[in-house]
Amino acid sequence: MAMVSVTNLKKTYGNFTAVDNISFEIEKGEIFGFLGPNGAGKTSTINMIIGLSRPTSGEITVDGIDVKQQTKKAQAIMGIVPDESNLYNEMDGFDNLCFCAALYGMRKEEREPKARQLLEQFRLKDAGKRPFKAYSKGMRRKLTIAAALIHSPQVLFLDEPTTGIDVESSRQIRDMILELKKKGTTIFFTTHYIEEAERICDRIAFIAEGQIVASGTVSQLMESVSHGHAIRFVIDKNAESSVAELKTHFKENEVTTSPDNSLVMVSDQRIPLFPVMEFFHDREIGVYEAREIRPSLEDVFVKLTGIESSVLKKDREKRGC
Amino acid sequence: MKSWIAFWNILKKDVKSYYLKPPNISWGIIFPLSWTLMQLIRSPGGSILELLPGLISMSVLFGTTSMLAVTITFERSGRSFERLLLAPISISIMVLAKIAGTVLFGIFNAFVPVIFASFFIDFSMVNWGLLLFAVLMIATTSALMGLLIAVSAEQVFEAQTFSNFFRFPMLFLCGLFIPISSLPVFLRPLSYCLPLTYGTDILKGAITGTNILSPLLSFGMLPVFEVALFFICRHNINRKWIL
Ligand SMILES: Nc1ncnc2c1ncn2[C@@H]1O[C@H](COP(=O)(O)OP(=O)(O)O)[C@@H](O)[C@H]1O
Ligand SMILES: [Mg+2]
Repeated sequence: MAMVSVTNLKKTYGNFTAVDNISFEIEKGEIFGFLGPNGAGKTSTINMIIGLSRPTSGEITVDGIDVKQQTKKAQAIMGIVPDESNLYNEMDGFDNLCFCAALYGMRKEEREPKARQLLEQFRLKDAGKRPFKAYSKGMRRKLTIAAALIHSPQVLFLDEPTTGIDVESSRQIRDMILELKKKGTTIFFTTHYIEEAERICDRIAFIAEGQIVASGTVSQLMESVSHGHAIRFVIDKNAESSVAELKTHFKENEVTTSPDNSLVMVSDQRIPLFPVMEFFHDREIGVYEAREIRPSLEDVFVKLTGIESSVLKKDREKRGC
Repeated sequence: MKSWIAFWNILKKDVKSYYLKPPNISWGIIFPLSWTLMQLIRSPGGSILELLPGLISMSVLFGTTSMLAVTITFERSGRSFERLLLAPISISIMVLAKIAGTVLFGIFNAFVPVIFASFFIDFSMVNWGLLLFAVLMIATTSALMGLLIAVSAEQVFEAQTFSNFFRFPMLFLCGLFIPISSLPVFLRPLSYCLPLTYGTDILKGAITGTNILSPLLSFGMLPVFEVALFFICRHNINRKWIL
């Protein structure tokens, strides 16, 4: 059974449709990512799943629990990291964690050791005695994530956990997500960093204007827009001179050159290397490199959503102050 | 049990982070003192005992309504309030926990003037049980009104403004300063719609024995207000905070 199941979920604000009839499932122990630009509907979707906002229509279950009917029961097994670090400014790190634990009904004997362990794990041990308001952005984010983990949730929701965070903290957060997966936690996170989604997600959904444009594993997404197969050769002569001959030799392949002694062969079929190597060998042309070129996830994203990747990057600069 | 742990910790946190802060404590002390002084200067020889019901009512009203409205609006603007909405505890428990801190603060404020007054006057006539009941009732209804204000306010200054908007008319209509019988006829029904009217009347009865309304009526009405306000708050929270 899927850990999170969303069916025909829709959210409108007035006449505006923020989430437009989306459906997806997240398996137990999976890392599922929502990748999309600002305003795509990522936060709106998360807020409905966690019970902070009411769906206009559609069904949501978490571990088989209907979120609309039994919101509190479902919330008990969720860990939630909102898009803003929202702990209590005046309280120190340790007290913040203990308070969050208490909200989930954890006793003092359970919550204090757990809080200490999390502070250690997130390298915030020294900061544990300082008030939250004195934390840097990265520290705030890490403590907010620690607070979401204090009751050992079965499923963790992270809304843009690394947006606007320093590189080192972002890396720690990604490592932590992968670590949690190993322990069996199901993870749903949103991001507008393509590389991040590609690096840690088991499956990704591209979301734009409230709709899921495509979803699947990275390789499934890649295949969905496959442009055939391409191999780049780097040789020791000017590539220009051999193109014409190559084209007659390998009729089914398309050949293009670049000025830097390299050429690219494209074909619908996979390209066997040996005949090509032999061709070069016979003409005493040295080959230094032969590498398959795959479309990047970024290319796939652009192709499927029609959104230029620069839009995502711009969001990043805007928010990542 | 789990809800109780959450309840207790929400209460403890609020008391520690808001109510025990020096500005709030000193407000609870300075306000009744200066008010008493003002009244005594205005009418020298006035009886402190007669001032006491009004003083207690005001201390409680001012301590609770805006306190809760402001702290909740503050937590909402910093978004930490979402944690309470997302916690696996019912909205009712959460509301009760938030109110409990304010009510305690209101009771503390109520007893500041009582303690000061105890140096000057003889309390042998005072019915303490009644007094405590009235204070508790004024504090809970005011806290619930503060919560209602919090649900309507988006910003801290709005919460402040709305609080005053309700508080001052209430003080004039509740019969503390102007007897209800001297109010214009068209305003009188309004007086009877205010929990404060019943609360202060019990207070007057408890301290000076000069209540106007039947104690049965006051005792009956206050719980009705409590329950009604509680459900209105819960309904509004559900409607406005879970979008
Ligand atoms: N409470 C709201 N009222 C009106 N419109 C909203 C509200 N919340 C979000 N929106 C709109 O819905 C769209 C999706 O927003 P959001 O889910 O926050 O996107 P994302 O998290 O992907 O950036 C945006 O155009 C946003 O302006
Ligand atoms: Mg968002």
